[in-house]
Amino acid sequence: MRQSNTYIILYSAAITVVCGGLLAFASTSLKEKQDANIAMEQKQNILSSVLTLNKEDNINEIYAKKVNGFVIDFDGNVKDGLKPEDVVVAVQYKKAPKDRLLPVYEFRNDSNKVEYAVMPVYGYGLWNNIWGFVAVKSDFNTVQGVKFQHAGETPGLGARIESEEIQERYKGKSIFDNGNLVSITIQKGEGHDYADSPHKVDGMSGATLTGKGVNNMLKDYLACYEKYLKKNTDANKTSSL
Amino acid sequence: MSTEAAVVEEVVEKKAEPLFSKKNRKLISNPLDIDNPVTVQILGVCSALAVTTQMKPAFVMSLGLTIVTACSNVAISALRNTIPSRIRIIVQLAIVSLWVIMVDQILKAYVYDVSKQLSVFVGLIITNCIVMGRLEAFAMANKPWPSFLDGMGNGLGYGMILMILAFVRELFGAGSLFGFKVFASMGIPYQGNGLLLLPAGACILLGSIIWVQRTLNGYRESH
Repeated sequence: MRQSNTYIILYSAAITVVCGGLLAFASTSLKEKQDANIAMEQKQNILSSVLTLNKEDNINEIYAKKVNGFVIDFDGNVKDGLKPEDVVVAVQYKKAPKDRLLPVYEFRNDSNKVEYAVMPVYGYGLWNNIWGFVAVKSDFNTVQGVKFQHAGETPGLGARIESEEIQERYKGKSIFDNGNLVSITIQKGEGHDYADSPHKVDGMSGATLTGKGVNNMLKDYLACYEKYLKKNTDANKTSSL
Repeated sequence: MSTEAAVVEEVVEKKAEPLFSKKNRKLISNPLDIDNPVTVQILGVCSALAVTTQMKPAFVMSLGLTIVTACSNVAISALRNTIPSRIRIIVQLAIVSLWVIMVDQILKAYVYDVSKQLSVFVGLIITNCIVMGRLEAFAMANKPWPSFLDGMGNGLGYGMILMILAFVRELFGAGSLFGFKVFASMGIPYQGNGLLLLPAGACILLGSIIWVQRTLNGYRESH
């Protein structure tokens, strides 16, 4: 009986239903917690592109106090009715640059002046997607910090973009040169000093192609934010006159 | 590797056998030493090299594998008299996948940072030879309780090797244990040994452990 085809078909059907049911139950009951973790990580990344976080810091509290997020379009106009949390950058990345929805997270000080602006970036490394955040200072030009993450770069080589050591190299670099967007490029070869070049950072030995991916990502996404950044630099100029 | 087929053992079933009889205790202790899944049966080496740069992921991985092996063993053992032999591997795979996804979901919900570090390796428990090996070799032929002990034993045997590897690799590779800077806290400047952090370093280290253990046990590869 145990070898009959009917028994085998019924048995596999029963196993499928039971396993499927259990998984569906686990997935739905844990979903809320998992989503909370992902949202928390996002907040943590946004904050840590600007400040140094300590372990005991209450991320939600700092985030709620400091960060003001909104969504803009390619022309730098604020899109009403959209929350930045609902915009999935990975999905927007697949659209043409002009059609992308672009979240911005602004840090304001007590007198309601923008201290930093954090922009998500998304691109493709050597093996898989890479993404992160770029934070600029109130001049909307100087980089306060960057945060990169990856899905499948080679450990020890391209995966180093995730390390503080690499991200540290972007600090203080600038995006614009006399009003023209030039972005920042990570160079080929490691161990050189680029302190005098505001648009170049020292490379990662053995990970030139991941570096190229990072360069393309920054160029592509900063071009999307160009109008927003320029608007703010112009506003800064007029207000300081 | 040739030992995998030879480890099909049947626990003699007696009525009212005490829960921790000598035989049952052996199910736990043998995989820790003379029948270790990693160093004697050479199973699960890939993940043993991949997750052992630090103690924390190694610990969670060991825990995950132990739970998956033990639970799958119990489930398969309970079903063993109903499983049609022609589709038994698929049934085993379905049960193993069920537990692996459960573990993955729970990790994602409760220890998110660890689950990110382990990333693909939790999913790869499905293909870990230890799990399937124990199901085929033991759970299909034994009652749930001995099967549970066998799963625990093999999970712990795997975990033990992982922890030894991770201890040496994290301590001498990065100068820390569970992320705590050991050498720095003692005021000794320590330059990490990069080789130990690479999979190649782990391979050499694992080879040494296998050598030492086989020498101690007088194990000979059968030809």
